[in-house]
Amino acid sequence: MKFSRLIFANLFRKKIRLALTIGSFAVALFLFAFLAVVRDAFSRGADIASADRLFVINRTSIINPIPLSYRDKMLRIPGVKMATHNNWFGGVYQDEKNFFPQFVIDPENQRQVYPELIVSDQEWNNFLKDRQGAIVGVHTAQRFGWKIGDRVPIKTTIWGSGNWEFNIDGFYHGKRAQDDETQFWFQWDYFEEHVPDALKGQVGWYVVRVDSPDDAVRVSKSIDAEFANSPFETKTETESAFAASWVKQFGNIRFLILSIGTVVFFTLLLVTGNTMAISVRERTAELAVFKAIGFSHRAVLLFVLAESLLISLLGGAMGLLLAVMAIPVMANALNGMLPQLVLAPSVLALGMVTALAVGLASGLLPGLGAMRLQIVNALRRV
Amino acid sequence: MVRVDGSASSNSLIKVRGLDKTYERGGGEIHVLQGLNLDVDKSDFVAFMGPSGSGKTTLLNLLGGLDVPTRGTITVAGDEITHMSGHKLTEWRARHVGFVFQMYNLIPVLTAFQNVELPLLLTKLSKKQRRQHVETALNVVGLGDRMNHYPRQLSGGQEQRVAIARAIVADPTFLLCDEPTGDLDRQSADEIMALIEALVKEYGKTVLMVTHDPVVARRADTTLHLDKGVLVESRESQRVGAGGRHEI
Repeated sequence: MKFSRLIFANLFRKKIRLALTIGSFAVALFLFAFLAVVRDAFSRGADIASADRLFVINRTSIINPIPLSYRDKMLRIPGVKMATHNNWFGGVYQDEKNFFPQFVIDPENQRQVYPELIVSDQEWNNFLKDRQGAIVGVHTAQRFGWKIGDRVPIKTTIWGSGNWEFNIDGFYHGKRAQDDETQFWFQWDYFEEHVPDALKGQVGWYVVRVDSPDDAVRVSKSIDAEFANSPFETKTETESAFAASWVKQFGNIRFLILSIGTVVFFTLLLVTGNTMAISVRERTAELAVFKAIGFSHRAVLLFVLAESLLISLLGGAMGLLLAVMAIPVMANALNGMLPQLVLAPSVLALGMVTALAVGLASGLLPGLGAMRLQIVNALRRV
Repeated sequence: MVRVDGSASSNSLIKVRGLDKTYERGGGEIHVLQGLNLDVDKSDFVAFMGPSGSGKTTLLNLLGGLDVPTRGTITVAGDEITHMSGHKLTEWRARHVGFVFQMYNLIPVLTAFQNVELPLLLTKLSKKQRRQHVETALNVVGLGDRMNHYPRQLSGGQEQRVAIARAIVADPTFLLCDEPTGDLDRQSADEIMALIEALVKEYGKTVLMVTHDPVVARRADTTLHLDKGVLVESRESQRVGAGGRHEI
């Protein structure tokens, strides 16, 4: 502790340079947190996927439908516990920028297939009785200020034309922080009434729950075998694989983010390392005096490392604090264009560890230089 | 008593025997010090004079454990420092040597108090004890009222006084002063020399000083001349105001 005043005095010697270096750290750490959150958002589907859920889509593409009649056939396959079906509605509420995902659901099994998405019994029962009813994720409800009983018009862009009217009957929320609370669900029967005749009896995809996750591969193969050589062949995969392949459509997000992150931190390492090197070079004579009056080589190294660690600690903390404050605002501003952005404590911890590692690395070379400084030579340079 | 013939008694505080220092430059050897002998007793005040490159500062660096000789031995208060490890030598310097440099070499971001406190940070003294020691040292150099001033707020003479306070605060065995007045005007130089004399006379300090200035050198008890690495000349010197003369 008795050396802390010395370390802080040296740290604040060049205030503008200190502020710029800490600022570089803060920006880099903010970017780190943001990139990590975006990566998590894209991979969350796979991460939180249930091991006993299978997705059944048309083998050609998810935009090609599958007959409703497949449901009963699937339920007869050994290992299939239950099945529900969904369609993508893709409507517009007031303006295209108000995007949120809307799904046609089969009310019969929705809650059993997605037990992690909670709706109260009373609201669910009201929904079942209301053909135009809708259940909305709490995030979307808060975003638009919807209350139970509100009437919401959504303009279809795929299924014919004009506005479809819905009554808000209830809200769902996720059991976990990562669960998607932006969806809008409405009833299959209402959908069937309004779509053109050519599109009736066709679902977007099935979600199947199996008796045991260990059986998932066999059941997947059985489902696809059941519909092989039919006009609507299927492709069945686990929810995790389905989510992962969905993300792949956007490109290799993980590689992209890793590349950007690596470049950012390498640049930060150079910037901070250069700052520390200049700082040490400016103080050559002072460091020599420290050694002359009895400070050990190791003490001099520790002084330099302490300074670089303090810079990284302050900059890292500021960047991560900025992320804590800004990411919820950015998530709201994105209006559901990206999966929900959640800043996990593990990201903050990893960010801090990374910042300290960069601080340590950037101080190490100048510190070793200071440690090896020959007093006589250094004093001669004055 | 200062002697350069290697014949002094074993009671000398500083005993140098057969000291050589050779540097290798451009493929050749430069003999900076050659077979130097020196004995300095406690409370001696010695000035080293000589032309540039004569080895004055090299000798001071060797005596202070900042450099190692090519050959020979240096013994201070019974400790032979020439064969100490780097770590031991660092500890020894902290305990036995007070350095005063020409350019003061204060830490600009620390106050006078904090600069003087630096050597004490290496001791086990409590914060209160450190404060007492620092205040005493600053009062000795006449800067008790400038404790919270930064070096940039002090004159050159005052900065050198702070440097002297830093050198004496841990009560070292001896002081090494490298051109302590080299960057000062005459009046400030006289004040600094009066202070160093007082440290010798009133506090019994042993001081070894390098200087180019004959006026300054005359303030020492003894002046030794170095030329081409050899103590080639010795002459009497008188400590101004001390009333005593020491003969080599």
